[in-house]
Amino acid sequence: MASTKKVSELQKRRDQIQLGGGEQAIQKQVAMGKLTARERIIQILDEGTFNEYDLFVEHDARDFGMEQKILHGDGVVTGTGTVGGKPICIFAQDFTVAGGSLGSMHARKITKIMDHSLKMRMPLIGINDSGGARIQEGVSSLAGYGEIFFRNTLASGVIPQISVILGPCAGGAVYSPALTDFVFVVENISKMFITGPEVIKTVLGEDISMEELGGARVHSEMTGNAHFFAQSEAECFAQIKALLNYLPWSNSTPSERKTVVEPKQEYNINKIVPSDKSMPYDVRDVIRSISDNSDFLEVQENWAANIIIGFGRIEGTTVGFVANQPKVLAGVLDVDSSDKSARFIRFCDAFNIPIITLVDLPGYLPGVDQEHAGVIRHGAKLLYAYSEATVPKITVILRKAYGGGYIAMNSRHLRADFVFAWPDAEVAVMGPEGAANIIFRKEITSAEDPDKVRKEKVAEYIAKFANPYVAAAKGFIDSVIEPAETRKVLKHALEVSGNKEIGMPRKKHGIPPF
Amino acid sequence: MTKKIQHKQDMKMKEKPEAELHEFVVEFRKYKTELNKKFLDRKPWVPKDESKVLSFIPGTITKIFVKVGQHVEEGEQLMILEAMKMKNIVSSGRPGVIKKIHVSEGDRVPRSMVVFELELD
Repeated sequence: MASTKKVSELQKRRDQIQLGGGEQAIQKQVAMGKLTARERIIQILDEGTFNEYDLFVEHDARDFGMEQKILHGDGVVTGTGTVGGKPICIFAQDFTVAGGSLGSMHARKITKIMDHSLKMRMPLIGINDSGGARIQEGVSSLAGYGEIFFRNTLASGVIPQISVILGPCAGGAVYSPALTDFVFVVENISKMFITGPEVIKTVLGEDISMEELGGARVHSEMTGNAHFFAQSEAECFAQIKALLNYLPWSNSTPSERKTVVEPKQEYNINKIVPSDKSMPYDVRDVIRSISDNSDFLEVQENWAANIIIGFGRIEGTTVGFVANQPKVLAGVLDVDSSDKSARFIRFCDAFNIPIITLVDLPGYLPGVDQEHAGVIRHGAKLLYAYSEATVPKITVILRKAYGGGYIAMNSRHLRADFVFAWPDAEVAVMGPEGAANIIFRKEITSAEDPDKVRKEKVAEYIAKFANPYVAAAKGFIDSVIEPAETRKVLKHALEVSGNKEIGMPRKKHGIPPF
Repeated sequence: MTKKIQHKQDMKMKEKPEAELHEFVVEFRKYKTELNKKFLDRKPWVPKDESKVLSFIPGTITKIFVKVGQHVEEGEQLMILEAMKMKNIVSSGRPGVIKKIHVSEGDRVPRSMVVFELELD
């Protein structure tokens, strides 16, 4: 039994270290509108479940007067706890301690908890709030980053990895979040960039603020680096919990089945999609009309909004939704939307989450900028991701599925397990107007009244090909269903694909068009 | 120090004001749809003007090798554009006569600024 004296000494040590950089530094942190590292961890975890590791770690730097300095916990808090009753690993950089700068022991604390999360197969949450490398520790600090990136890559596809940017995350440090599965940002708090405004101004003469260069909005709307955007840390933590609620704990555990709640009445599947193919609607309403309790957690809501990705449940089971969004850019595929959906599909596949694809697209976005931005290479990512995925893959064609877009959106030809179509669906090599113009070019141009003939020929084409039955006759579509049958049909498809097993050719790994 | 906060499991979508619908043509068919910022901000393509030499990176012009009226061959060195600690050599892409020089030694230039104009052969 430890003596009272020893116990009180332990208590004293703990209290001192848990104060991080001290009262003054904490006040500064609060003044910036930020919580402290420990507050953040406590708010994410279930109450009273945080177990801290490596509280007593100290740095071993011996240069530039560092030997005189004590940095509590070496600027990072690490440990385990539970979220929704299930265990996770977590670390939070402590900006109050030497600006959360990353030295070798700081990095070693992080890599230790990462190793733990991979070994024990539980999700990892990393909270980034750091000025960057600890310059006094030189190349040891760089080594630390490298060790972290390596582990992010090793754990990729084995355990879900979540990065939360709650402060600066600059230079090489940005690559840990970029290697993880989901990045959370908060307005006015998150800042991510490779080279900061000062360097940009000195070298290039361009004057830009941190917020404009790499703030939360920039990464949510322009770069696609961030997956979830929040106005406050509290909202951000709620988003993290909402996401974890859908995810399996590792690639070898199934996601938790929840009680089935039927979709809400307000989402009437018969009234969402206009039959006029030119009219827009919000495809998220279709998702909510078929998902349990009409819940849908959208990922990357503000980037490439012409495709919608996110999680929901059907009959208690987590599924990933991928859906063209006719409301934005008519739902076309382009560089960003291909990139966005391809990565999401690979996440779902890695973690055994069935994918439900809702199709309604006119094709690819035309334009020189798209061609020159590499829509071929980026578009190929989507084909690759769908083809490679071995989880149950179910497609519902709501309205239009033309040309290359039809193939790319989890068609039978990419080994979809089930393809359904609504009666309004048009599955064809291209839209009727375009097709008629090509097939009947001679008749149209040589006619006395070309517009009249064109209209007739378009009508002829629509009557013959603008329907789901040509594709269904070839078996490319398994069944044409009424919209109201969709949820029932999806439930059944998921039920019968529970034991899906297909082989892939033996290989080390494929070479996706990154 | 720790404040207790309420966690909502299902977050309600923030209501956004209805965006304007535009006509948008894909393969001869007109669609009504919203346009995003990236699409609206895209720059129309213009063919490359070979008679204009642009700064390919922001930096400082430390040396100019040619004068107005001088004939240059394809690949002939025109100037040194120092940027990112490198002395980058800017050469002529086509043969021609130097018509205008818009910079002098010591000038700092942004990216894609017209620095030389040529009368192409």
